[in-house]
Amino acid sequence: MAKIVCKDLKKSYDGKTEVLGGINLEIEEGEFFILVGPSGCGKSTLLRIIAGLEGVSSGELIMDGELANEMLPRERNLTMVFQSYALYPHLTVRDNILFGLDVKKVPKAEQEQRLAEAAEILGLTDYLDRKPRALSGGQRQRVALARSVCSHAPLCLMDEPLSNLDAKLRASMRVEIRRLQQQLGLTVIYVTHDQVEAMTMGDRIAVLSAGRIQQLGTPLELYNHPANEFVATFIGTPQMNMAVAEVAPEGLVLNGGLTVPLSEADRAKLPMGQRWKIGFRPEQVYPATATSVHDTEVTVVSSEMMGNETLIFFDVAGTLFTARWQGQHRIADGATLHVSLDPRYAHFFDVNTGSLLRAAEDLDELGVRSTSAAGAAAAAHIEAAPAAAE
Amino acid sequence: MSKHSVAPKAVPAATAVPPREAPGERRTLAGWVYLLPSVAIFAIFVIYPFGRTIITSLFATTPAGGLTQFIGIDNFVTLLTDPLYTQAIVNTLVYVLLTVPATIVIALLLAVLTAQDLPGMGVFRTIFSATMGISVAAAAVFWNLLFNANSGVLNRIIEFFGGEGVGWLIDQNVALLSVSIISIWMNIGMAYLILLGAIKSIDDSYYESVEIVGGGFWYRLRRVTVPLISPSLFFVLTITVIGAFQSFGLIDMLTQGGPNNATVLLIYRLYRDAFVNFRIGSASAQGVILFAVIFVISYIQTKLTEDKVTYQ
Amino acid sequence: MPFSKKSSGRVAGSGLRTSKSGLVATYAVLTIAAVAIGFPILFSISLSFTPLEDIINGVFIPTSLFLDNYVNAFEAQPFAQFIVNSVVVGVAGTALQILFSMLAAYALVFIPFGGKRIIFLVIMATMMIPAEVLVVTNFQTIRAMGLIDTYAGLILPGVATTFGIFLYRQNMMQIPSELKEAADVAGLSRFQFFVRVVVPMVMNTTVTLAIYFFLVTWNAYLWPLVSTTNNTARTVQIGLRTLNSSEGLSDFGMMAAGAVITSIPTLLLIFFGQKRLQEGMTKGALK
Repeated sequence: MAKIVCKDLKKSYDGKTEVLGGINLEIEEGEFFILVGPSGCGKSTLLRIIAGLEGVSSGELIMDGELANEMLPRERNLTMVFQSYALYPHLTVRDNILFGLDVKKVPKAEQEQRLAEAAEILGLTDYLDRKPRALSGGQRQRVALARSVCSHAPLCLMDEPLSNLDAKLRASMRVEIRRLQQQLGLTVIYVTHDQVEAMTMGDRIAVLSAGRIQQLGTPLELYNHPANEFVATFIGTPQMNMAVAEVAPEGLVLNGGLTVPLSEADRAKLPMGQRWKIGFRPEQVYPATATSVHDTEVTVVSSEMMGNETLIFFDVAGTLFTARWQGQHRIADGATLHVSLDPRYAHFFDVNTGSLLRAAEDLDELGVRSTSAAGAAAAAHIEAAPAAAE
Repeated sequence: MSKHSVAPKAVPAATAVPPREAPGERRTLAGWVYLLPSVAIFAIFVIYPFGRTIITSLFATTPAGGLTQFIGIDNFVTLLTDPLYTQAIVNTLVYVLLTVPATIVIALLLAVLTAQDLPGMGVFRTIFSATMGISVAAAAVFWNLLFNANSGVLNRIIEFFGGEGVGWLIDQNVALLSVSIISIWMNIGMAYLILLGAIKSIDDSYYESVEIVGGGFWYRLRRVTVPLISPSLFFVLTITVIGAFQSFGLIDMLTQGGPNNATVLLIYRLYRDAFVNFRIGSASAQGVILFAVIFVISYIQTKLTEDKVTYQ
Repeated sequence: MPFSKKSSGRVAGSGLRTSKSGLVATYAVLTIAAVAIGFPILFSISLSFTPLEDIINGVFIPTSLFLDNYVNAFEAQPFAQFIVNSVVVGVAGTALQILFSMLAAYALVFIPFGGKRIIFLVIMATMMIPAEVLVVTNFQTIRAMGLIDTYAGLILPGVATTFGIFLYRQNMMQIPSELKEAADVAGLSRFQFFVRVVVPMVMNTTVTLAIYFFLVTWNAYLWPLVSTTNNTARTVQIGLRTLNSSEGLSDFGMMAAGAVITSIPTLLLIFFGQKRLQEGMTKGALK
């Protein structure tokens, strides 16, 4: 039985504009479920509805098989980790962790045992008698997590818990929260605007925009088969390069200005005169070689060398495209560059509705290969691409 | 509260009921329970007497305060044609002019000087705020000992320098000024404390930028301090003016309105009519007049604060 | 957090770099002001230890530790009783003012209920009505309740305070809403949240208000004058008034002693609570 079911859940504050417009989803027991989306998409509202901190305008929220629309937060048997951690400044770490347990009539001895356990797991044993203001940001975060651990509630809601930490700490806490969830067998619903957190932590992800679920699936499903333009550009950094594409006699014309030569095989799949929104992931924009069919000449606007990889920004008839190449490539601004834009690796979207018409081919396979052949990958791709084209 | 937990099963699915608070945040009567003590006291001891005062002011009354006959605005007419009442108004206005500007200027100067981070400021701050702890009764006694015409120390000092003793509280030309001096002395404490806090909350960077421009003490005071603390300055101005209109204790303790009615202030007159002469109707009318004056002052303060005063 | 202390360390005002002449002027002005302001108090303290014969002869400084003035004051009026009365009225009044305004502010900030805006406006509007306007009717009310010459009669009309509600409301609005939500999730009731979280978190405001309310209650003059007719509940201020009207211009030393007795508790409060009071008053003034 699903832990949480949302049936056509709607939320509106003024009765006119919908903050959430018909949410349908099921969250399984023990799942790490991510709600991701840009700010204002309704993800926090949905989480707060599940917590009972906000009411529902219409639809059903079912928790453990029971209609929960009208349940008070305390009756839902869950915990919540807030973005600001919600630590009480006048209470010690110990009392912050144990906060509320006495109300739930947990015996004193058991409280102590749970406290010791949670403090141990999160490395807070030495800080129990401090006040929150004497802790670092990372430690405060851990206290908030410890409070959840201590409550022994099977469901934990997290609202952007890592957004106040610096990048390094955030990376290590991602791993730690995931480990904690698995160790305790918790069901976690995790709200974030950071697609890296979503991709690395979630079992499943729901991408929200404008109060609606755009796509629901595993991280790789979202990456490889984005349901629409929004998901395609939201998931993945740097984001997917998008352009309007049209087949003309001389080849595939991007944004009405840049022509990509096409092979016969390509033409067989791409009917003349049709228009699409087409998207290339930056890592699928390859350097062209002598044998590249899709050799396209572009002008470089700028480039950024990261050490392990290089980002190259070039102009596609007014839109800035990004290519991500492994290794270090020194390219002057304004230089002319030959890239391979193979339509087989592109996602095709309906030009009006933005929904996915055709996902890139072999992307799963390519994805695996590019990660395993990290160092020399660029060269490998250059050979692999034309080979696959024949 | 547990009512809510029973409800879910009965809720029909997916009927559109747009705006909805969270289950725990539904409007309840609980708010009124927490407010009840304050609201009850306000109702009995502020709102009821306020209404009752307005009504009583339109009636002739028995000495115990019973209403005998509706007389419209007669109480007000009688008051405003009574030369002693108009004198009380004039006295009060003079008293306000004597006390308010002096209180604020002195308090501001002391606050500016003691806001500096210099050795010994803690002692000065304590001394200057000390008068806030002195009651009118005690202040009256302290100053009576200084003023007393025959053996008061002030006259001895004046006489030591060859001057002539002053009848501080018994000379009708001086008495109101003497009371004003005590009032200024008493009010400095509170005004000083508020202004000091306001000045200390000004960010250092404002002064550092003046330092770079090269402005001096008066420049800093005029261009930085006063504009930035203007909300507090206005607050102090208002409470000092209102406080002056409400002055009673000093007069009651020191002059009883004398000599020759020179120190009869509005509240003192109200008190005499209500509790000595038992003219409750007239006293109520005086209360209404006083309220009107204070209302206008508060209103002006609110308006000016909204429009002109700079907030930090 | 309540009362953020951004003004710690080097303090503004004008003290970045003061010239030598500026420093001399500053200390000169401050010293003169301190003498002028402190003189009436110090002079009276001095008189209170000086025998009457010395005072009449123009000697205002005690030559030995002379306590007769205090003994006389306590004999002329039941000052011990007055002090007890003032302490009871001051402490109980302050406690109730704190409790009532805290509860009211909690409702205004944390509890959703119909009519909230209106009731807040009405409460704020009562600030415009001076207590002196109400004194006549309140006297009749208290008399009708049979509370003349009782502690309750002295305390009751003043236990609801707009200023207290206002200051607590300001402070409580700074408590992050997540703390309430975390408490909701943890299962605390409204009252538990009030007691365990709100009350400790507004402690700074409570200290400020406690000092302020006690000062105001202890120093109150008009209402205690009106609502007491004999010594059973009469406060020390009215005791001093009685002493003044009976002995006013004869026994200077005893009058001084009486005024000093009256002022000691509040002066001590100012000495120790000046900083707290200043911070709180500033908050109130800035709205």
